[in-house]
Amino acid sequence: MLHILSGLRAPTEGIVLYDNTHLYQLSSGQRDAFRGKNIGLIFQTPAFIQSLSVLENLMTPLYLNHQPQDQHKAKHLLEKVGLYHKIHQRPFQLSIGEQQRVSIIRAVIQSPQLIFADEPTSALDDKNAHQVIELLLNISAENNSSLLVVTHDHRWSPFISKTIRL
Amino acid sequence: MNLILLAWKNIRHQWLDTLLGVLLLAFGLGTISILILIEKQSSEQFNRNIKDIDMVLGAKGSPLQLILANVYHVDAPTGNIKIRDAKQVIFNPTVAMAIPLAYGDNFQQWRIVGTDSNYAQHYEMKLREGIAFKEEYDATIGADVARATGLKLGDTFLSTHGLDQTENDEEHAHHHEYKVVGIFEKSGSVIDRLILTPIETIWHAHEDSEPASSEIEESNDSINSPPPMIKKGPMMMLRPAKAMAPSPNDNKEVTAYLIKSRMAMAQMILPNLIKETNMQLAFTAIEVNRLSQNFGLGMDTVKAVAWVIIGLSFFSIFISLFNSLKKRKYELALMRSMGASQFKVFALIITESLLLVSTGIIFSWLLSRLGLSILSSQLNNSFHYTMNVSDFSIQEVYLMVAALLFGVMAALIPAINAYKMDISKTLAHE
Repeated sequence: MLHILSGLRAPTEGIVLYDNTHLYQLSSGQRDAFRGKNIGLIFQTPAFIQSLSVLENLMTPLYLNHQPQDQHKAKHLLEKVGLYHKIHQRPFQLSIGEQQRVSIIRAVIQSPQLIFADEPTSALDDKNAHQVIELLLNISAENNSSLLVVTHDHRWSPFISKTIRL
Repeated sequence: MNLILLAWKNIRHQWLDTLLGVLLLAFGLGTISILILIEKQSSEQFNRNIKDIDMVLGAKGSPLQLILANVYHVDAPTGNIKIRDAKQVIFNPTVAMAIPLAYGDNFQQWRIVGTDSNYAQHYEMKLREGIAFKEEYDATIGADVARATGLKLGDTFLSTHGLDQTENDEEHAHHHEYKVVGIFEKSGSVIDRLILTPIETIWHAHEDSEPASSEIEESNDSINSPPPMIKKGPMMMLRPAKAMAPSPNDNKEVTAYLIKSRMAMAQMILPNLIKETNMQLAFTAIEVNRLSQNFGLGMDTVKAVAWVIIGLSFFSIFISLFNSLKKRKYELALMRSMGASQFKVFALIITESLLLVSTGIIFSWLLSRLGLSILSSQLNNSFHYTMNVSDFSIQEVYLMVAALLFGVMAALIPAINAYKMDISKTLAHE
């Protein structure tokens, strides 16, 4: 579902509309650009470019979308989640909880209108899960972004404004 | 962050996978580079040293040896010939110039060559210091000799008999001192590596008794002066009778004459004149051509091996990129999910290959210069020949451009696979 909404997989039926933009009527390149600019994706298992440091991973979406590579913002966000000291480390040197926090920062670094999170807490213990939930809610509120979470995790229930059960 | 930095970091991250490809490429390209430079420099050296010398007249033996010994000074001479016997050739109307060479001694393994002033004039040598040799035991030395031995104007030295004995070989040392009267500028010709002296010095050094001074003066007339020149026109083909007249030096020996012919017919006429003698005429063009063919055959074999290695290196780069694509499929899909276009991931793979090839090219350049420097040092030890390590050939540029193009081709299949990747499936299956 999230893949269809984010322009990664064309639906067999129906359309995806953002304001007046018909996502699957865009060319492949336009869809990539639209996704890069407007949608922040968070996956169940945090994934990174292993050859890059934490900071370089955070700069990657800015580079790919031709945005100014604002290191101050990245550092500020890392400081906010208590990972500033890991800035030059490689992703594999972080714990799963830390990796998930970094992947959230990467998804929001361009202040996208939409944040799609696929089971962002299911692999985390309670402490880390609460940290991630809090972070996602705060950041989406600060950026005025809509947050769509696909999850089986009941720990989200108290924080979600609208739930669609499938 | 930019494409090149991202590609470079990816390569560095998996350096062990790509090392073999880069090393093979560096070795293959380096070998071809060395061969290109050897071919270029040896051909330049050959042409510079032949410099219109059509034939070499010397003692019977291998014609190639005669050329190598007397034109390039890298081989032992075939023996000596009597001036009396050589006269029929050197004073033949078809001969424009004949330069006598007599040698057999060395100083610190640098050849001492007895000759006349035509030798240096022929190679358009310029004096850096001092004057050209005039008297017996005057020595005018080449630039390489001066640099290697440290000889300066006014210095004296003793020669040693033979072409490769060292100065400490007292048993073979001559006891008459040479005096350095001039030092040539560096010319790139064979004379850079020679010690030139009047031909009488060599005769004197190898005789039991000194010749009378009047004899030397007379010999200067017939040997030291340029051979009689013939102007165009049939009547002018006649030579002064004095040239063929008996001379006191007729019984003296020389190692060889470097001969420049006046007309192509000389190649047919002159060999017939010496059929029944102990002499031979070696034709530079034929012998150098033969040498180049033999040399070229060896070079072609090494080149073929190097091309196979280069082929293997591109195959290795292709395999490493292909394997890396498998390992990094999810990363590439992740990049696409962050907004990277299909073209960007395609360009990333191509850039990685180009960086690998560029690294190979840089190593190949270093390797070729290192190889050339080792070869140059060995040639210098054996023949006092050096190679220009900082030389560069346009063929090397073509080779590098070709390598980069092959690099793009090796990356094409992995890059197309990355371009066509189904992001959704890749992200879902991880």
